[in-house]
Amino acid sequence: MAYSCRTYELHCNECGRSFGNQPLSACDVCLAPLEVHYDLEAIRPHVSRASIAAGPFNIWRYKALLPLPDGFEPDLPVGFTPLVRASSLGRRIGAEKLYIKNDAVCFPTLSFKDRVVSVALANAQAFGFTTVGCSSTGNLANAVAAQAARLGLKATILVPADLEPAKILNTLVYGARLVRVEGNYDHVNRLCTQIAEEYRWGLVNVNLRPYYAEGSKTVGYEIAEQLGWRLPDNIVCPMAGGSLIRKIRKAFKELIALGLVEEKPVRFFGAQATGCSPIAQSVKQGLDYIEPQRPNTIARSLAIGNPADGPAASKMIQDTGGYAEDVSDLEVVSGIQELAETEGIFTETAGGVTTAVTARLYAHGRITRDQVTVSVITGNGLKTTDALAGSYPTEQSIRPRLADFTAYIQQLEQVSEPELATVGAY
Amino acid sequence: MPIQVTLPTAFTRHTGGKKTFNSGAENLPGLLSDIDQTFPALGTQIKDEQGQLRRFVNIYVNDEDIRFLGGETYAFQDGDEVMLIPSIAGGR
Repeated sequence: MAYSCRTYELHCNECGRSFGNQPLSACDVCLAPLEVHYDLEAIRPHVSRASIAAGPFNIWRYKALLPLPDGFEPDLPVGFTPLVRASSLGRRIGAEKLYIKNDAVCFPTLSFKDRVVSVALANAQAFGFTTVGCSSTGNLANAVAAQAARLGLKATILVPADLEPAKILNTLVYGARLVRVEGNYDHVNRLCTQIAEEYRWGLVNVNLRPYYAEGSKTVGYEIAEQLGWRLPDNIVCPMAGGSLIRKIRKAFKELIALGLVEEKPVRFFGAQATGCSPIAQSVKQGLDYIEPQRPNTIARSLAIGNPADGPAASKMIQDTGGYAEDVSDLEVVSGIQELAETEGIFTETAGGVTTAVTARLYAHGRITRDQVTVSVITGNGLKTTDALAGSYPTEQSIRPRLADFTAYIQQLEQVSEPELATVGAY
Repeated sequence: MPIQVTLPTAFTRHTGGKKTFNSGAENLPGLLSDIDQTFPALGTQIKDEQGQLRRFVNIYVNDEDIRFLGGETYAFQDGDEVMLIPSIAGGR
């Protein structure tokens, strides 16, 4: 249940102890979460802009910078999602150099979780697990179920019982075993912690978590490469457990250390829904700890009331001179609509949070219009269509006749276009 | 007024392999001193240099985070199931 590797190993950031490579998430002395630590000097000779550019158009072009066991053969073309200039959204919210990192179209299951799962399952196989699983609010469940099916691993997935039907269906279709747990995500997560102790299973976000989390770095590598090997001024990133935002920063720091990008300060801004905003509240109050909350928001994929990476995320945001904001469920829906109407990108509720928070950060002058800013969209709107239920009433139908069509169009155009409110601007 | 305390496997090397034990503690500070008495090595592991419970240890009472129940001021009820568990960052 362990393997050796010369370039990376598990490391405790609190007490500095090393743990080799094994399925373990917390330091057995101080109980802090473990993280993968790299010997960047050993990696340096093997990585250059050219070597990366010669790689495949997916996350495996950054293979040398990921915790992948010797002999690992990349299979699925995960990641390398579009970074699109958001000129239209930018005009509406007062941003000139705004980009969207669009993981709503990540392969294979339409969320950034595909990245983390592919790295986690590579390690699950190296550790000899034949059953894998996770606690999830949906996106992770979909990603684990799909990739486990592809790799021939058995999957058992635990979700809160009230999860959106689309996310349940999108897990079951891959043949995964789904366990609905009465309670919120924090209850599910706690149960999984106990399961990992009793069963010889590879739970991607529990005992495989340090490896899993490293997959998030690929969002950062891609942003830098897609900006022409430059770092942006600002990152706006949704926060649930607080892991992704930290890993994007880790990616940037590695690229700087390896000489692949020029060093510059990047400010990190976190986005949460007000109904579950423990990290945002911590940042706003300048704290180095998190007060847990009972989640109550439609942005269920961000609804972690007690995020263990939260204190570290809060500190990191404050260290970079960034900030965190939280928005109401009403603004979450407006954010989804605004991104769709301006950029043609249909994101899930978490993306509504990020879009609404981005707008507010510009409105409040925390980000200025000429700064290069990347807003990170992590999931697809097709999975949370219930958030928009009632927003679009079914229109009357017409007979297949041109006269009917013309009359109908004239009728529609008589109704004046309502002024589109800018979300987040208050 | 005993409560039943459950420990994760990571802690049981300090308890001679015991995963559960009963305690007559009336509240969280009482439980921590009880642990200091009965399993001193565990007491050392779950507290930092200042004697405070480490921030990576969560305590649940009957499925509820003790911080939602009043934390140190919560008075244990007869039969409460108390669980100590390292906080694992979630991942959705």
